[in-house]
Amino acid sequence: MAIIEISALAKSYRIYQKQDGLLASVRGLFHRQYRTVEAVRGIDLHLEQGEFVAFLGPNGAGKTTTLKLLSGVITPTGGTATVMGHVPWKRENAYRRRFALVMGQKNQLWWDLPAQESFRLHQQIYRIEPRQFERTRDELVDLLEVKGLLSQPVRELSLGERMKMELIAALLHSPEVLFLDEPTIGLDVIAQHNIQIFLRHYQQLRKITILLTSHYMKDVAALCQRVVIIAQGRIMYDGSLAGIVDRFSGHKIVSLLFPADAEPPQGLSRFGEVLEERFPKVKLRINRGAVPELLAGILAAHTIEDVSVEDPPLEEVIAEMFSFAGEQIAANERAERIASG
Amino acid sequence: MYAKAQTCWTILRISLEERLVYRGDFALGTLMRFLPIVTQVFLWKAIFEAIEFNAAGAAGRSGDETIAGYSYHDFIAYYLLTMVGRAFSSMPGLASGIALQIRNGEIKKFLVQPIDLVGFLLLNRLAHKLVYYSVALGPFALVFFLCRGFFPGWPDATTLSAFFASLVMGFLLGFFLEATLGMLGFWLLEVSSLLFVYMLFSFFFSGHMFPIDMLPGIWGQIVEALPLKYLAYFPAAVFLGKVQGQELAVALWVELAWVAFFMVASRVALNRGYRRYSGFGG
Repeated sequence: MAIIEISALAKSYRIYQKQDGLLASVRGLFHRQYRTVEAVRGIDLHLEQGEFVAFLGPNGAGKTTTLKLLSGVITPTGGTATVMGHVPWKRENAYRRRFALVMGQKNQLWWDLPAQESFRLHQQIYRIEPRQFERTRDELVDLLEVKGLLSQPVRELSLGERMKMELIAALLHSPEVLFLDEPTIGLDVIAQHNIQIFLRHYQQLRKITILLTSHYMKDVAALCQRVVIIAQGRIMYDGSLAGIVDRFSGHKIVSLLFPADAEPPQGLSRFGEVLEERFPKVKLRINRGAVPELLAGILAAHTIEDVSVEDPPLEEVIAEMFSFAGEQIAANERAERIASG
Repeated sequence: MYAKAQTCWTILRISLEERLVYRGDFALGTLMRFLPIVTQVFLWKAIFEAIEFNAAGAAGRSGDETIAGYSYHDFIAYYLLTMVGRAFSSMPGLASGIALQIRNGEIKKFLVQPIDLVGFLLLNRLAHKLVYYSVALGPFALVFFLCRGFFPGWPDATTLSAFFASLVMGFLLGFFLEATLGMLGFWLLEVSSLLFVYMLFSFFFSGHMFPIDMLPGIWGQIVEALPLKYLAYFPAAVFLGKVQGQELAVALWVELAWVAFFMVASRVALNRGYRRYSGFGG
């Protein structure tokens, strides 16, 4: 049985539409216009125990709304979901003691007190047995290398240090399911890397189920075997990271190195789009299906010292995919509007 | 049960520690509480001197003037006692803090963690009050000692017990009333104007500004029926022996009923608010 089961889950919000200008603001006191925003439009998703799944999508795609639904912060307008057999929005303590939510942009620790005080409070509210608490805390503190920072007020910690403390607080009760909402947002490369290493190690050690949202592809590539992509409230892709490139990118990037003393080549644009031309190095974007033929043509026409064929960067593929998904959804909506008269 | 008590103690202990972090703000806030009483003493002294002066000019007598049955001494004793009542019932920043947490999304942690928001806030507020009393006890004792001449003397044990009961219930009433107001933030998001109106009403009709039994006719009856009087007027009136016997017992039961009403109201507002909460602020 799946540890997270989501079926036709939907959430819509009624948003006040404020018009421009003072007059419109005054009118708004008496008559308000609202718009219904479909943040999540009937998604289906199943996660097995021990999976580390990335939940990707552009801003406003419905990622955080889905995490809020699964953690019981908000109530859906349609559909069902169970996590470890619990309906999240019932907010039973039995469920709340088995999962954790970490939001990169929200602080759950006591701002003016050292993190260890917040940890003590978590020990009590999650009813963690004292010896178990100390063992888990010490293990997490060692893994994240924050021993010297435990007695420092949280407000005096750096962003990276604070995120480490947030993770410790979230993991003290050994949750079976962890929701991570952009845990590395705003962190420098080193701090991001440290958090990635920790999460990978911890997940492998404890075999917990993690659902991660992030805009950093490095997080996703380093941590997740499975990727779910959501755009405009609908799931557009569910599969491996490599599968995204195969399915959504129709191009390959071909890098060519010409001999330094050779004449700069002319007419390379007939083989594909020239992305970069810094002789003797040239980079082309070529249709995936035409790579062998075009490569043979280039090699026949020019002397080449080195050649490499690569997939385009993941960020680029995903950006293309988001844009494609947006257009597709807009087209579907237009068709639905026309069909409904 | 034991685990619950331990959780409560931990919340209380951490709240106490948090309260002691900003020493300067805390000390200043505590001392500032005594300023209004000084201004009240001078204000009513001036009013009564003016009345006495006019009375002496008109009828050639002075010294026993009263306003609505309150002499100068009664007024000062009343204000000193309302200061004690307000020290229990006032909840600075509680309603606005809850509304802010709803607006900026900080309230999410209470939805995600197995912790009750109302219980947490109550313990947090209790810690604030305990720290305040422990520091303000000395200055309070000094002020009451210096002003002992304004009081008719110590009340009997029953009155004193009723006074303490009214203070404790005043604390609970103030807490649950303001918590309920703060939770309106689930519907209104911005409650500052509402709170301003509440503070204004509370200032006048709790008896903080003047003893509410001074209000004439129907206005007096309306204000008497509101729960606000229990926040300042009632404890002072009990201590001064203005409410006694059967009337005192009934008033204490009514106060308890108001506490229960707002306790339930805050719980209902929280549960309904959680259901309509949209998880603002990312």
